[in-house]
Amino acid sequence: MAYEGMIAETVSINGDKNEPISAYVARPLGPGPFPGVVLIHHAPGWDEFYREATRKFAHHGYAAVSHNLYHRAGEGKSDDIAAKVRAEGGVPDAQVIGDTEGAVAWLRAQPYHNSKVGVIGSCSGGRQAFLYACHTKSIDAVVELWGGRVVMSEEELTDKQPKAPIEFTKDLSCPLLGIFGNEDRSPTPEQVDQHEAELKKQDKDYEFHRYDGAGHGFFYYDRPMYRIEQALDGWQKVFAFFQKHIAE
Amino acid sequence: MCTSIVEIVEADGAGKGGDGWFALTHSVVSYDHPHHALFDDAITIDFVNRSLGAEARAAVELSLDSAKALSDALQKAIAAAEEEERALSGRT
Repeated sequence: MAYEGMIAETVSINGDKNEPISAYVARPLGPGPFPGVVLIHHAPGWDEFYREATRKFAHHGYAAVSHNLYHRAGEGKSDDIAAKVRAEGGVPDAQVIGDTEGAVAWLRAQPYHNSKVGVIGSCSGGRQAFLYACHTKSIDAVVELWGGRVVMSEEELTDKQPKAPIEFTKDLSCPLLGIFGNEDRSPTPEQVDQHEAELKKQDKDYEFHRYDGAGHGFFYYDRPMYRIEQALDGWQKVFAFFQKHIAE
Repeated sequence: MCTSIVEIVEADGAGKGGDGWFALTHSVVSYDHPHHALFDDAITIDFVNRSLGAEARAAVELSLDSAKALSDALQKAIAAAEEEERALSGRT
């Protein structure tokens, strides 16, 4: 039996404007080289699901880092911090882009890294993963899991989220995998249609998988929205995509 | 669903969180993913004190129907309280 092990720990990285933020890192033991994955957590916070997802990537041979977009809201339980951030209107898009660029740079500086990076996020993190991929040239692949409000109405725009991500589609810098549930209400199937039409119009490299019998957040095994069949197939799609673009 | 449904009002009173009672500054009402209640989405109400830490929070997560029932109950209780206050001020 081959020896198997991983290390998982919190570290401090440089986020937006070089401000230190916390991050959770998991990677296989050994010298590598390992492909890198940056995970952008969802609106419910930098929580146990994201810790587990980070370790899942390490289990599959990736060096993975999940940075804490809510670091500036202080220390505390993830649900309390998420509630505080929600009451403050969320985190600014520009800050998320800066924090994620910092997580990618941190990963690229590690001696065990193979020089390729993929980014993945779900829910608000799916939106932010797409948005970030339209604002950087530092990554090789991006996965958007049911990103809500990629398409935004004028009324939804705020000082912190001043522009709808779909408007940046022409600047998407790497292949995109999108995974959506057809019963989701944010994004609705019509909004996913709009998102896809814009990718086609801009001649971008993308693949979308849209599941019947699933709504929002169907990978979350601890929530009633979990859909085992669609989630298992979705994870396979994620790993096949990263294998092709950052692991080979 | 990722909503941007959030309503925030100032609050004067006290709430009881994990570490006991604390003074309130705001009530925050939203409709989004609950952390604990087994619904896809819930009306969440957080009674918070912004000047204390994030744990100064008394939280509930309600189904839409439960939230409507609570809203009705609040309105009835408030209407009765205001009637009571009017009656008391008329006597003095």
